[in-house]
Amino acid sequence: MLNIGGLNQGIVIDHIKAGGAMKIYSYLDLENKDVSVAIIKNAKSNKMGKKDIIKIEGTMEDIDLDILGALDHRITINVIKDGVIVDKKFPTLPERVTNILKCRNPRCITTVEPGIVHTFKLTDSRNGVYRCLYCEQSFDRR
Amino acid sequence: MKHIISPTDLTVSELNELLELSEEIITAPKRFAQVCQGKKLATLFYEPSTRTRLSFEAAMLNLGGSILGFSSADSSSAAKGESVADTIRVISSYADICAIRHPKEGAPLVASHFSSIPVINAGDGGHNHPTQTFTDLLTIKNLKGRLNNLCVGFCGDLKFGRTVHSLIHALTRYEGIKFVLISPEELRIPNYIREELIAANIPFEEVRSLDDVIAGLDILYMTRVQKERFFNEEDYIRLKDIYILDHKKMANANKDMLVLHPLPRVNEIAPEVDDDPRAVYFKQAEFGVYVRMALIMKLLEVEKDA
Repeated sequence: MLNIGGLNQGIVIDHIKAGGAMKIYSYLDLENKDVSVAIIKNAKSNKMGKKDIIKIEGTMEDIDLDILGALDHRITINVIKDGVIVDKKFPTLPERVTNILKCRNPRCITTVEPGIVHTFKLTDSRNGVYRCLYCEQSFDRR
Repeated sequence: MKHIISPTDLTVSELNELLELSEEIITAPKRFAQVCQGKKLATLFYEPSTRTRLSFEAAMLNLGGSILGFSSADSSSAAKGESVADTIRVISSYADICAIRHPKEGAPLVASHFSSIPVINAGDGGHNHPTQTFTDLLTIKNLKGRLNNLCVGFCGDLKFGRTVHSLIHALTRYEGIKFVLISPEELRIPNYIREELIAANIPFEEVRSLDDVIAGLDILYMTRVQKERFFNEEDYIRLKDIYILDHKKMANANKDMLVLHPLPRVNEIAPEVDDDPRAVYFKQAEFGVYVRMALIMKLLEVEKDA
């Protein structure tokens, strides 16, 4: 497996569904943050077969873990300090997510109504299923 | 103030009250002829629908109220790009209640967020059509005498047919309901409905042949394969006449089975069936006016003997 050096201070977002790293990269706006980032795509995983990992060296404040959970409910977040894991976090799923996910149903009102608040509600917490508040289409994480 | 966006916006007890009031109206419609005098219903129809719009308008006129509105997006300010939110804010100051039909799913919910008058969803794309569901429930209750312990068959387009999805949802709240879902592979019910039925332990079977199952049904709900829901004309042509209910098929059905259809019907029910006493789809359309009268009264909170 590809080797990326360990972190001294930062977070590792692990168990991202393979192919999902860029969505999380984009949500966290990592492109515009003064941190070092390593994205590992399609890493081998005993549990998942393949997974993505994001390693972030530096201070990350204001990360809403719950929102990350809505984007990918299986992820884990390891907090690293002085080179060791000091905390392991599992996101809980928020009941509602606003203006993060967008409905992909072309028949949904959110595709045409200006200024609408894109809202998804959690309808199946076991499988992490979110449905659009307006058209009830489930959010497709692909 | 209450809005009706989905059939489940009414609790079972509210729904029973609505159906009871509808049956009172059926018995003595003249008693209700003035109860909405001075009230106005706005019908905001962003896509054509003769039946539902006229049914709403007839309902309000029967109650002594007045109506205003538009019947296509071209003749409304939507053509100029006005949002649903802005339109409803304005209409709220013109009318006391409104019924909205929109091709986009969820538009009535958006309207309800910005409205200061009750909003009734009169159909949003392939999503919800609660007043059709109330109509179907009233028809079954009035003509069958019950809403529980029924074997209900749905036949035709179960994928895009919103009336089917809504009625399945509504009937799962009653005891002893069994569904028989008759459709070609391409038009089976969406996964999420199948998952909900399994999760709620509601018995159902999915079959392709109407002939094989018609004898066991208490209700047969026929649907049209809707051209406007297909992106591909070839698929539509291949599937549109897959089920045609005729005398021969009806001969195998129970003598007290009811045939419902949300209308408009195209080829899926042969005209020869219309004279069969079990064919109640025109009665169903009539009941649609009564249930909308009852709904308008409930939402406007008008007294029966005003």
